Parts: sequence; C-alpha cells; structure tokens
Amino acid sequence: MYTEKVMDHFQHPRNVGEIENASGVGTVGNAKCGDIMRIYLDIDENQIIRDVKFKTFGCGAAVATSSMATELVKGKNIHEAMQVTNKAVMEALDGLPPVKVHCSLLAEEAIHAALWDYAEKNGIKIEGLTKPKSDIHEGEEEEDEEY
Amino acid sequence: MEKLIYLDNAATTKTALEVVEAMLPFFTENYGNPSSVYGFAAANKEVITRQREIIAGALGAKANEIYFTAGGTESDNWALTAAAEAYADKGKHIITSKIEHHAVLHTCQYLEKRGYEVTYLDVDENGLVNPADVEAAIRPDTILVSIMFANNEIGTIEPVREIGEITKKKGVLFHTDAVQAFGQIPIQVDECGIDMLSASGHKLNGPKGIGFLYIRKGVKIRSFIHGGAQERKRRAGTENVPGIAGLGKAVERAVSTMDERAAKETELRDYLISRIESEIPYCRLNGDRKKRLPNNVNFSFQFIEGESLLIMLDMKGICASSGSACTSGSLDPSHVLLAIGLPHEIAHGSLRLTLGADTEKEDLDYVVDCLKEIVAQLRSMSPLYEDFMKKQKSGQ
Repeated sequence: MYTEKVMDHFQHPRNVGEIENASGVGTVGNAKCGDIMRIYLDIDENQIIRDVKFKTFGCGAAVATSSMATELVKGKNIHEAMQVTNKAVMEALDGLPPVKVHCSLLAEEAIHAALWDYAEKNGIKIEGLTKPKSDIHEGEEEEDEEY
Repeated sequence: MEKLIYLDNAATTKTALEVVEAMLPFFTENYGNPSSVYGFAAANKEVITRQREIIAGALGAKANEIYFTAGGTESDNWALTAAAEAYADKGKHIITSKIEHHAVLHTCQYLEKRGYEVTYLDVDENGLVNPADVEAAIRPDTILVSIMFANNEIGTIEPVREIGEITKKKGVLFHTDAVQAFGQIPIQVDECGIDMLSASGHKLNGPKGIGFLYIRKGVKIRSFIHGGAQERKRRAGTENVPGIAGLGKAVERAVSTMDERAAKETELRDYLISRIESEIPYCRLNGDRKKRLPNNVNFSFQFIEGESLLIMLDMKGICASSGSACTSGSLDPSHVLLAIGLPHEIAHGSLRLTLGADTEKEDLDYVVDCLKEIVAQLRSMSPLYEDFMKKQKSGQ
C-alpha cells in the first residue's frame, strides 16, 4: 500500500530526535486519532534552518511524512520553509494512499507550529503563517457510512 | 526473507493438506450438480449429507439443523435479518453486545434503519458480557439475543451457557457467532441453549468461502438467498461441493485434535504472555486471562501506534494484526478495545498474535526478541514517550 519512498523513510527515518534549547518547537495532532508529530527547529541569525529533528507517534505514513518534511526544510530559510506544503511532502514521497493524506497535512502543520513558536519567541512575523490549530482533526467531518 | 512466522490465525488459517485433498475430486472428477437426477451427480448429495452429519456431531446437533452458507458473515446476516423478519409479530427488539464482529453489528444497524430497536450491552474490562445484564435487557417485545461465543480480537470466551439458560427461560431466540470458537473449544448447542450458531471454514484450517448456520429445529426463519430448493429450501444456490467436502474434513480434523491442540496452544500462549509482560514495560494484556481462547494473545503497548508496529514486524517476517485505526482506514481504533475501556491512544497501540497448530516455542522467542527491539525503537521516536519520561524524571 505504500510507495518505496514511504517505506524507506519509515524504515530509515531522517532527523529523528530532539534539539535542546531549540529555536522553535511545534507539536500537532491528537493521540485520540492516533497521530502526534513534534518538530524541533534550530534557526540561525540569518533565519536559516540549521537543524531540524522530529518525534512522531503514528502510523507508517505519519513517520514517513515527518521524516520527509524535515528533509525538505533543512537548510532553507524560514520563508522558503513556508513553501513546504503537504502536497510537496506527498510528491516527494511519490504519493500516499488516500486515507493517509491527513498525515501529510499533519507534517505541514507541525513545521508551521514550530515556525510559529520561533516567530513568537523572536517577536517577528512570517508572511502567510497563522496560529496553528491545536488539533489537526478539528473541523474534519466523519464520513457517513451506508449500510 | 527468512522463515515466515504466521501469528494471525484469527484472521485466517492455512488450509490443511488433508482438506485440500478431500476437496480436489470435486473439481475435475465428481463435478456434478447434486440436484441432478443421474447417479454421477446425485452421489454428491450423499457427500454433502455425510459432511452435515460430521458437523452436527461436533455440536451435538441433528444433521438437518446444519445449513451451508458462504461463510460466517453470511451466517450472521442470515440469522439476524431472517429472525427479525420472522418474529416481527412478537416484537422488534434485539439484544447484542458492543464487542460483536461487524457482521453482527452492521446487520443490527441495518435492522435499526428498518424499524428495529437494538440494545448493545456493555462488557467489563476483560470483555465479558454479564448474563444478568442480558436478563435485565429482555422485554416483552425482545425477539433475539445475539452474543458471540468468543471474541475475535481479545479472545474472551463469553458466558454462553448462562445466557442460553436465560433466553430459554424467557422464550427468546439465542444466536451466537461462534466463528472464532468453533473447532477451538468444545461447543454443545443443547447444553448452551443455543438456537442458532454461525461458523466459518477458513478459521479451522478449512477452505474460504464456506461456512454454516446451525438452526435449531422449530426456529421459523426463512430463506435469505432465494432461487432453489437447496438446503431444505432455506438457502438456494448450487451447493459448493468442494467447499463442503473441505469443511467437513476440517471439522473432523479440528474435533479429533482439539484437546491436544488446545493444551499445546494454551501453554505456548501463556508462555508468550508471560515473556511479553516481564520483558516489555508499559504494556497491558487485553481480554480475560482465564476465559480466553487457547490461541489468542492481545497486548496494548503504551506510546506507540499499531500500524507502525505491524509494518516493522512484517519486515522481520512476522504476520500479526492490530486494532489500530490506521489498519482499518478510519480514525477510531477497535470498537472492542474501546468497549473494554481502553483510552483511544492506548487502543491505537494494540497487537493481536493468534497462534496456530504449528506454532513453535522458538517462533515465539524470536517474536518477543523482535518485539522488544521494535517497541523500544518506536518509543524512542514517540513524543508521548518523551513527555512521559520527562514527567517521570521531574516527579522524582
């Protein structure tokens, strides 16, 4: 059900771990729904993401999207990092099964949440960045099952 | 890949070689339609009758109370919808439990949309239905109680005999989904007061696509599949002769090896449980410790998610299953694990290992060794574990 790239990032996740005294930390998701992602950013004085780490509780796709998202933002400046959308993450992974698309949204949200934390701490504004939702599944509608 | 360790026997089992051999003649040699007049085909009618007798014998039932179906799901659908229809004059209330298989639960929801009322009984923390709750739920308009013999996820064996006594006393039909229990543990329909019982071939080393519904003589339910006089006009369609031959052989085999198999599996099961409990921290055994199918082990591991666990086990050549939402494509984890009171995040991290007749101790040792490593690895990347450990440290 998963592409080779997803399996590769699940089996060999890049940038797993924590960053002490990180410039920004963001945690999104909901244990109730089975996925939580936390991103740590280390951002230098030129607003370049020097290092990034993640921790994820979730399925194979949740781990793979977190891993890919960290790869995509590493070395970029904070404005470029804003361009890393869930679509970009999915494309980089050669696609996800439809039921797992929410994992890529979660990865995007996690990066944004960490950037928001950084912006708050430093009193700056990042264009296009809004306050992260505390729960990625907010507003999601349950599918109506037919019997 | 190295040896495949198959621990998902509650999902399906390997078809036994003897079963396949018993089926083969009915494909290319004795392929006749049992309803035909000529001897070549009519002989197959005898074959079907013999299998019916074998199955009836295993349940303490009569041969003409066994109706072949396409499997457990069809049997459950038939039992519930046909009973609901046939007894609608008496009432439209049905009692079941929250931990039934979806073949029962979704059929109940179907009936609810058609004017029936269904009571879904709670279970205790081990997944047991309380017979007193069944009795209390019975009303004058109750027509059917459907409680599974044993649960497919957590292996808990329900107090079927006690429930059967109550339904008999109250004059209410009693159906049991015995798909997981039949062939694993002894079942006698009279002793348990069972009026209808669903079972499936492929859970007991038989073929897929064949099962049966036991219907006690006198229970007035009608046909569910229309179009012919097969199965005493109650289940139309040319009989699946190879499937029936295979099912009969599988039942014969399961009954004759039951005691020995159950003893071996119970010992291995308890060995696996004790190794996991003593070697992996923050885990919980789901299901009743004693009233439990001989081959079922179900654990929740805190701070990790089931699908990740399954993929990693798969990479080690181990086949297992999980009650995680991610394996079902919905956001909610297993309804069974929620019904026994597990919080969502713990239910997501569950693992079911179901042993088979050929499971060996060495296999289980390998599984525990892999499991320890995988759980530790997934926890090392879990934000929930990180938070928990920080809390533990600051609490000291």
